[in-house]
Amino acid sequence: MARKLPRKDVVIVGLGWTGAILAHELTESGLDVVAIERGPWRDTATDFNIGYVSDELRYAVRRDLFLQPAQETLTMRNTTSQTALPMRDFGSFLPGTGVGGAGVHWNGHTWRFYPSDFNLKSHLTERYGAARLADLQIQDWGVSYDEMESAYDRFEYLCGISGKAGNIGNKIQPGGNPFEGPRKRDYPLPPMEMTYAPTLFAEAARSLGLHPFPTPSANLSKAYVNPLGIAMGQCTMCGFCERFGCANYSKSSAQTTVLPVLMRKSNFEARCNSEVLHVNLDATGKMARGVTYVDGNGEEWEQPADMVLLCAYGLHNARLMMLSKIGKIYDPQTGEGTVGRNYAYQTNAGVQLFFDDKNFNPFVAAGALGQTVDDFNGDTFDHAALDFVGGAGINCIPTNGRPIGFRPTPPGTPRWGSAWKKATRDNYLKAFGFSSQGSSYAARGNYLDLDPTYKDRFGRPLMRMTFDFPDNDIRMSHWVSDRMEEIAKALKPRQYVQARRNKSWNSVPYQSTHNTGGAIMGADPKTSAVNKFLQSWDVPNVFVIGASAFPQNAGKNPTGTVGALAFWAADAIRNQYLRNPGPLVQA
Amino acid sequence: MSHLSRLAAAAALTLSAVTLSAHPSAADELPFDRIVNGRYQAVLGDCAGCHTLPGGASFAGGVALPTPFGTLVAPNITPDAETGIGHWSETDFRNAMKKGIGHDGVRLYPAMPYPAYTRMSDRDVADLWAYLRTLQPVRNDITSNQLPFPFNIRAVMIGWNWLNFTPGAFKADPNRSAEWNRGAYIVQGAGHCATCHSPKTALGADKTNAFLGGAVLQNWLAPTITNARREGLGAWSIDDVTAYLKTGANRFDIASGPMAEVVTNSTSQMTDADRRAIAVYLKDLPGEANKATPVAVNDPGMKAGAAVYADNCSACHGLKGEGQPKLFPQLADSALIQQADATSLIRVVLAGSQAAGTQAAPTTPAMPSLAWRLNDAQVADVLTYVRNMWGNAAPAVASDMVGKLRKSLKSGS
Repeated sequence: MARKLPRKDVVIVGLGWTGAILAHELTESGLDVVAIERGPWRDTATDFNIGYVSDELRYAVRRDLFLQPAQETLTMRNTTSQTALPMRDFGSFLPGTGVGGAGVHWNGHTWRFYPSDFNLKSHLTERYGAARLADLQIQDWGVSYDEMESAYDRFEYLCGISGKAGNIGNKIQPGGNPFEGPRKRDYPLPPMEMTYAPTLFAEAARSLGLHPFPTPSANLSKAYVNPLGIAMGQCTMCGFCERFGCANYSKSSAQTTVLPVLMRKSNFEARCNSEVLHVNLDATGKMARGVTYVDGNGEEWEQPADMVLLCAYGLHNARLMMLSKIGKIYDPQTGEGTVGRNYAYQTNAGVQLFFDDKNFNPFVAAGALGQTVDDFNGDTFDHAALDFVGGAGINCIPTNGRPIGFRPTPPGTPRWGSAWKKATRDNYLKAFGFSSQGSSYAARGNYLDLDPTYKDRFGRPLMRMTFDFPDNDIRMSHWVSDRMEEIAKALKPRQYVQARRNKSWNSVPYQSTHNTGGAIMGADPKTSAVNKFLQSWDVPNVFVIGASAFPQNAGKNPTGTVGALAFWAADAIRNQYLRNPGPLVQA
Repeated sequence: MSHLSRLAAAAALTLSAVTLSAHPSAADELPFDRIVNGRYQAVLGDCAGCHTLPGGASFAGGVALPTPFGTLVAPNITPDAETGIGHWSETDFRNAMKKGIGHDGVRLYPAMPYPAYTRMSDRDVADLWAYLRTLQPVRNDITSNQLPFPFNIRAVMIGWNWLNFTPGAFKADPNRSAEWNRGAYIVQGAGHCATCHSPKTALGADKTNAFLGGAVLQNWLAPTITNARREGLGAWSIDDVTAYLKTGANRFDIASGPMAEVVTNSTSQMTDADRRAIAVYLKDLPGEANKATPVAVNDPGMKAGAAVYADNCSACHGLKGEGQPKLFPQLADSALIQQADATSLIRVVLAGSQAAGTQAAPTTPAMPSLAWRLNDAQVADVLTYVRNMWGNAAPAVASDMVGKLRKSLKSGS
């Protein structure tokens, strides 16, 4: 039986980006906060030691920093007519674990979603008619871009994001993204110095009348001291971002932006290597009493608290709600239930280019150092004559030239042996790629629930993921791939090779760790699990913060919006909930 | 109130306190502002540095102090009657602070820096006593004296004191400003800077002719903090010194090792005026103009060191040793890098080190350990290199010195 611990004001499940931000904000209000993190404590000098942090075999191939399937996995299938099987190795996406979460080993692309992304259903219905959305389950967020603006701003300044504004107070800024929503001020730091491949890409895109701009990056272009007084370093462009921790204090993460201040506070405590089993509800099922967790020695503890914040990875937030019976699990047959509803992903495609007369020095790189073309993203272009909605950012961001993983060879090259070595030698410096990161729009049959067969090491049912790319998204991706082909031709390579997106979703090759939905926000408790403040409709002292709240995914990396949602929810708790605990929105 | 009646009142209070909470209340004898001053004396003296275990009860003792003569454990100085100093009188306390003689005539070891505290004014000592009496008594039995024979015989300190210790109050210099004198009073007295920063004789006493000239203890070098141009504070402005004391970081350097604790527990909590007074005084201490010729760049050790530096150090400290304020210490034209003794530098490369964290500079960046990656010769070469590049000049580091320290750190001493 679980032993009961002394009560806390707030228990936070997961100490990654959102957990750290919420903990900082709520301790500022004087609350006594404990964060329970199932992975280990991690710190820059000890865990991302400059001497071994660039061990590609350990970190990129063997994924030393990631969640291992033995700890938690899920089952997957493409459609409800199939029987889901467990993923015995993560492939298509790689959830994080440990303090800092996946924010430790991300690349650092830090976007705002477009204003039309937030009221997507209303916007597209008005512009193209309801029939266009018939096969999809697109929804509005219940919150507007204008409401989110200052939360985005705070996250960007916390992180020291390096970029160029495209729209300040509705005035278009040369050099930035002309399609973005209005921001009240520029990024805290200027864009990074561009490398050769993105520079050529931008020139080609401009020659086609497109509007390339530097990708906003959490790899810092300059030294920076954030509003909490924490110093960060200038990125050295070492090319070891994604799958690695940063040794130089130059990639934004909970470690480099929040934890040094948070850990000094006497009203905050972090408990690591401790896995929350479920949220405990009272007899009515309408109030949470705290959580039960297992520590590193296998001992079970009950942590009572007045508020529970689910700040785990989005997929795990949804599963914890299901295991804790918070809200009703979604049923695709009836369309009823909200937890697990509108799981979405990312619809990506790519193109690789080979040259004879160029030298790109691919090892000079950073996770978000590159150029983006957003002329075909979201609803920045007219879809009237097209057969889809949504779009994709086209990103030329050569993240690395690492010796094991970066081996660009043309099709037809053997996979090993002397011919492969020769092709590597001939092409390593002379190739680069760019890719489309496409929106993933919700569909009735894409969802999360609990698997009827498979259980985890604690005997809890695994989560079951049912997902395939909707036809709309496949049409979108092919159309954007055609646009990418035009850019590729304009670059005049010796050869280009396209990797187009087709059905069905395959869980093996890596694609993206942008899993969204499952505990989506909205204005209607019938179609959303949490209200516009990320508060559970069913258990009002539970807040669920993360990409789990996205009603569908945009053609952009989610972290900027996830960080902004953390500030947005923190404000609602500090300024509204604490004064008058209870539902912040009346259904 | 007459002296007698005050005593009687104190006695009555003490009696009632015993029956209620066993909490001594002699502090009630002094007004609030004196107790506040006493608390500030505890900050100036960094009492917590030795008498509070990290995470432990305040002033309940327990921090082990390795000395060249053996280990001493700082005692419990809360007013607990049995395990603390609850049974001491104010006279006992004054004698301990100013003469090194505790309750019942027990001789203290100078790890308790009474050779410095003797310069404190009677009033400040009285206030500190009053403050300590207000603390919550904590029961924590500590065996302070864990020295081997013959040093464990406290009477040896009688001879030591006769040879090495001059009791006596601080004497102000009437030709200097009040600020200078305040700085001197703190540095020589409560601040006991010389305890770490002055070279020691074979008997462990401060060398009087090299005040604050730098010394090695616990495998750290406490550097020169006179105004010496190259090794000392010569290149630092008064604002640089005060920024360092307040935040643990300035444009040159970041505190780590034992000084990080001093910044956290003591200097960051001092008043701005006192930090400035300390800076004014230290900047006025003459330091020898130590001339050194840099090791030639074509020296084989320098060449090897340049390669090690490029691969292991330059990403953070910069290709020209420029570093980055508040994050990566500057190595170019750096006093700490040019100390004659390279102990701290070797230690930091081998074992790593975390910077001080303060309200004003909370980042606490850390140097990673490179002991597993660099052999003795590589550590020696890279240090010789940084000690003789970018305006630096200092003796080459020998690889056997690295080996010795590596062994010592491994054994945990």
